[in-house]
Amino acid sequence: MDIALACLVCFLGGIVAGLIGVGGGVVFVPAMTIILSKGQVEAEATSLLMIGLVSVIGTWRQIGYGNVNVRDAAVIGLLSPVGVLIGVVAANELPERALRIGFAMLALYMAWRLLKRVFKKDPPPAEPEVAAPKTP
Amino acid sequence: MDARRIWGLALVGTVAGAFSGLFGVGGGVVIVPMLIALYAYGDRLATGTSLAAIVVIAILAAAMQGGFYGNVDVGTGLILVGPAVLGVVGGTAIQQRIPERAVSFIFALILIAVAVQMVVG
Repeated sequence: MDIALACLVCFLGGIVAGLIGVGGGVVFVPAMTIILSKGQVEAEATSLLMIGLVSVIGTWRQIGYGNVNVRDAAVIGLLSPVGVLIGVVAANELPERALRIGFAMLALYMAWRLLKRVFKKDPPPAEPEVAAPKTP
Repeated sequence: MDARRIWGLALVGTVAGAFSGLFGVGGGVVIVPMLIALYAYGDRLATGTSLAAIVVIAILAAAMQGGFYGNVDVGTGLILVGPAVLGVVGGTAIQQRIPERAVSFIFALILIAVAVQMVVG
């Protein structure tokens, strides 16, 4: 029963991944820790495997819709290993509570940035230039 | 592509990679807002490009977590990834049919919910 519920939540996580361009880990990790009682680090590691497959399919779909800058994506992805190494080591050395609070702070900061953008007023349309009266 | 853009994208990649390895997410929560803020990407282009970058980041991070630390539960991951893949196909299709600002708004709400759950849960 738990695994069926986890599958349903991960389906919803996949929708979130496709909708907002994340891997889905923000949903997969809590699904595994809360529903399947996995430890935080094991859930995060397993989530990464899932994200790899989900992002391949999501990218394939988004390329079809014309929404991928392949060159920028390649630069970001290929230059990320140093960051990944730092993160993986820290995840295995830092206390779990610190990881959770760090994640929450990051998420709130990004939410604030996005909401500012959503509610920013559009600039008013430029006034049409009034043609100067022709002098005879 | 000029050197300044490559360095900027390298910074995005490094920060995203660190959060990916640290929190077990793909890095999209970092990549999407950074592409929008630093490079004036539209919402849909940012999300699509983010997913493409995540392919590389997540596979690297999963290999390191599994190879070095043995933390990956492959069986559970393979069971859960089926419905997740169906979801991502549906999610990308829905995204093409809603306004771009709605994507950012949904993104923000989900981030807030996850933050609360992480602290309280």
